[in-house]
Amino acid sequence: MDTLNLSWLLIAIPLASAGVLLVLGRRVDRWGHWLGVLASAASAAGAIAMLVELLGRGAADRSVGVHLFRWIPAGDLNVDAGLLVDPLSLTFVLLITFVGTLIHIYAVAYMEHDTDRRRFFAYLNLFVAAMLVLVLADSYALLFLGWEGVGLASYLLIGFWNYRSDYAVAAKKAFVMNRVGDMGMLVAMMALFATFGSVNYETVFAAAEGTNQGVLTLVGLMLLVGACGKSAQFPLQAWLGDAMAGPTPVSALIHAATMVTAGVYLIVRSGPIFEGAPTAQLVVVIIGAITLLFGAIIGCAKDDLKKALAASTMSQIGYMILAAGLGPIGYAFAIFHLVTHGFFKAGMFLGAGSVMHGMGEEVDMRRFGGLRRYMKVTYATFAFGWLAILGVPPFSGFWSKDKIIEAAFVGEGWRPLVFGSVALLGAGITAFYMSRLFFMTFHGEKRWNDGHSSTPDTAIARTPVQHPHESPRLMTVPMIVLAVGSVALGGLLSIGGVFTSWLEPVTGVVGDHEPVLPVWLLMTLTLAVVVVGLVLAWRQYAASSVPVIALAGSVLTRAARKDLYQDEVNDGLLVQPGQYLTRSLVYGDRQVIDGAVGGLGRVMVRLGDVTRRLQTGYVRSYAATMTIGLVALVAVVLATRI
Amino acid sequence: MNPVAQTGLVLSTGEGVLFWVLAPLAVIGALWLLFSRRTVHIAASIAGVMIALAIFYTALEAPFLGVAQVVVYTGAVMMLFLFVIMLVGVDSSESLVETLAGQRWIAVLGGIGLVVLVVGIVVGAKLPDGVGLAQANADTNPVGVARLIFGEFVFSFELTGALLITAALGALILTHRQRLSKRIGQRELADAKLAAFGQGGSSETITVTPSPGVYARHNSADSPALDAFGEPVQSSVPTVLRIRGQEAGVDQLDADRVATIAARGDMKEIDG
Amino acid sequence: MSLVNYLVLSGILFSIGAVTVLVRRNAIVAFMGVELMLNAANLTFVTFARMHGELQGQVIAFFVMVVAATEVVIGLAIIVSIFRTRGSASIDDVNLLKS
Repeated sequence: MDTLNLSWLLIAIPLASAGVLLVLGRRVDRWGHWLGVLASAASAAGAIAMLVELLGRGAADRSVGVHLFRWIPAGDLNVDAGLLVDPLSLTFVLLITFVGTLIHIYAVAYMEHDTDRRRFFAYLNLFVAAMLVLVLADSYALLFLGWEGVGLASYLLIGFWNYRSDYAVAAKKAFVMNRVGDMGMLVAMMALFATFGSVNYETVFAAAEGTNQGVLTLVGLMLLVGACGKSAQFPLQAWLGDAMAGPTPVSALIHAATMVTAGVYLIVRSGPIFEGAPTAQLVVVIIGAITLLFGAIIGCAKDDLKKALAASTMSQIGYMILAAGLGPIGYAFAIFHLVTHGFFKAGMFLGAGSVMHGMGEEVDMRRFGGLRRYMKVTYATFAFGWLAILGVPPFSGFWSKDKIIEAAFVGEGWRPLVFGSVALLGAGITAFYMSRLFFMTFHGEKRWNDGHSSTPDTAIARTPVQHPHESPRLMTVPMIVLAVGSVALGGLLSIGGVFTSWLEPVTGVVGDHEPVLPVWLLMTLTLAVVVVGLVLAWRQYAASSVPVIALAGSVLTRAARKDLYQDEVNDGLLVQPGQYLTRSLVYGDRQVIDGAVGGLGRVMVRLGDVTRRLQTGYVRSYAATMTIGLVALVAVVLATRI
Repeated sequence: MNPVAQTGLVLSTGEGVLFWVLAPLAVIGALWLLFSRRTVHIAASIAGVMIALAIFYTALEAPFLGVAQVVVYTGAVMMLFLFVIMLVGVDSSESLVETLAGQRWIAVLGGIGLVVLVVGIVVGAKLPDGVGLAQANADTNPVGVARLIFGEFVFSFELTGALLITAALGALILTHRQRLSKRIGQRELADAKLAAFGQGGSSETITVTPSPGVYARHNSADSPALDAFGEPVQSSVPTVLRIRGQEAGVDQLDADRVATIAARGDMKEIDG
Repeated sequence: MSLVNYLVLSGILFSIGAVTVLVRRNAIVAFMGVELMLNAANLTFVTFARMHGELQGQVIAFFVMVVAATEVVIGLAIIVSIFRTRGSASIDDVNLLKS
């Protein structure tokens, strides 16, 4: 109990560290980054202590509320700041603090030559604190505080190198698109308050059953909008690719492992609401399925290593959202996949950072190739992550993704077939693009200038000479740890359904559901499409040579390279009409309102011009006016009195 | 209307005579303001009006104010006016031609209107019987006034003191002139002259300015000094005279002397 | 002879002062017109003091005198400083308020 009462320390420590780093400024440049690491590690230690505490209890006692203080006492709206420690939030806390600490350590080396390393760590700590608020909150209001906090940290970190204007624009884009989602969150909270008079989880969920389905659908859809914004789901997905402008540790922590999965957390946490609104649930599944394919297709065409990984993240979160939309049957697997994904994707991002570190910040995969001989550790860790995301047994991804595909096939009517097939197809495409990424980077022939090639390709020779090298120990160790997680975590947590039963107090007990197709067949099919994707990628990108300059490609390739025209669509559907509206409003403002106001002003000016002539500036004229006025006044008074 | 008949206060015939003698004089003196062109005359006539008023005050049983009027107005204020007139220019006689269109008519109209209204009101008003100040001035008038000033009006009196000090300071500040450049003394002047000479100025600049009137036949100040060549030295005549055009030409000087000097100058030139 | 005569005289003097301010361009003369107006007012005060048998009127006249004295000091200082900067004592030359 004592341990849990101190759970606020988990948030306070990184927050305090961020404050110290930001306030003390350059004075702490020398050791500031280690303070950041320490704060994150302290949170991780606290999380483990809490885990021990919870494991020591019976399943029924594992949900503990910790009241902190009255936050918003405003008439009917009373929001208390309280924390909710239960298996779901603790899972997230562990993921955030553990992966976060590893990435902190990695960043110490990665950001070594950046003069603003201290500020970077301050933001990272701020992010950790905000993310912990998000997952530990016991009400939507406090969750929203964390929600905005991570949005802020994300904005600050994407634009960390904001002297490059395109990076600053990317940060702004992420921020603005997140605001769209936040709008949904706010509407959802208002609807909740209007219906239940509270935004506290406990109150809301207790009252959700038996509430009007229309209201629940509205709340569910609005929450989904919020989730889409934060988790880069269709149609608010456009910011994630650009968010790769941030330093790679940021991409790994925020835009792969933790923040972008907040949407999944929100939907799973709001389970009771979604269960009362089947329509909203269906929309969630559809959004997940669309994003899943969307991200996968984009991933196939991207040549930018980090952007390809970002597309993959988008796609994998699509899987999770899909699973979360399936209801209690999918919750545990969504969270399970989220955890394993957090490990292997973070590991791969760190690997990508390591590659960039060794290749002079180059990100174009077409200029890599054959790097496995130069960065053995990176290669090995990346390979484990790659195998995990492919879902090759016995790596982590297999245990989580396969289950989602299975769950997608459960149900009646057309749904299992459609969503199951999409999930299955997605697995194949994932295998293709991840293998493509992997082979282009580490296999095949060198496509970079090593300075002494006898017959260098002209396109290669013009690029700067590269000296690929393995990264320092501080970077490789976190990668190794994450790789171990990629290999073993899924299997370990699946033994006897440990993870699903751990989450049961939150997600509810789910009976056995038989998919429409036999499980062995699904597993075989999944493995088959994965192998097909892998082989295709091998043939195209490892066995044959990859052109340094991308070929024109098919219509689909070109569309995918342009992110399936997501920016163009946003531009055409929202930005340009918006600008047109603004312009017409401005025109109306100028012509009508300004015209009226200005016209009045001009009339007054003319009038003033006329009366101006009375102001001669001669004191004597003024005195004469006064005298005449006085005489007239007295005369009038006399005339009326007498 | 005959307030005198009913009043307890009976004005003496002497006062009536005094009034009818002084009042026209005061009005005439005041009219000087409107019609005289010489500022000094106006100031003098207004001083006269002030004295007339002082006498009226005394007649009105306010001897203290009468004395104060003489001291403050005639003695201080009007003298201050005279000083300023002197500073600004005694002889700057002003033309009485009106420059503002219609101003004179407005003024006449306003003036007549004022007189008619004020006099009309005063004459038409139902004024109370005169009481007289015999009782109030029982301990002499200054004592009565002093009781009020240092009693009922003491706060206003103190405020007036503050006002006077502020006014004095204000006048100091208003007429204060900031020295913007270094003070030019004898040494600086000599240095400047030498510097100008070094730059190729004429020898005249380095020496003392020649005095006028050396060759004068009459009032000397307007006769320019002559230089070694018999040419008049402009700077020897006071600036005022030069501007007024009252400077004497060379032809008005002693012709023989001028010729002699010129001849010497010529010889010098030949010698050189 | 009555006290009203004094009041009439005061009115006449006041009007003359006012017309002076309107007519004369020389700032000093106009200023003397103002002084005349103040004195006319004083005469009224003193007359009324006698009429009512109260000394308050005289005290007010005394204060007017003091204020008039300060006013003269400041007014003349302004005239002098304007004359210094603009080389003129004509109030028509000071028409910076003209639009």
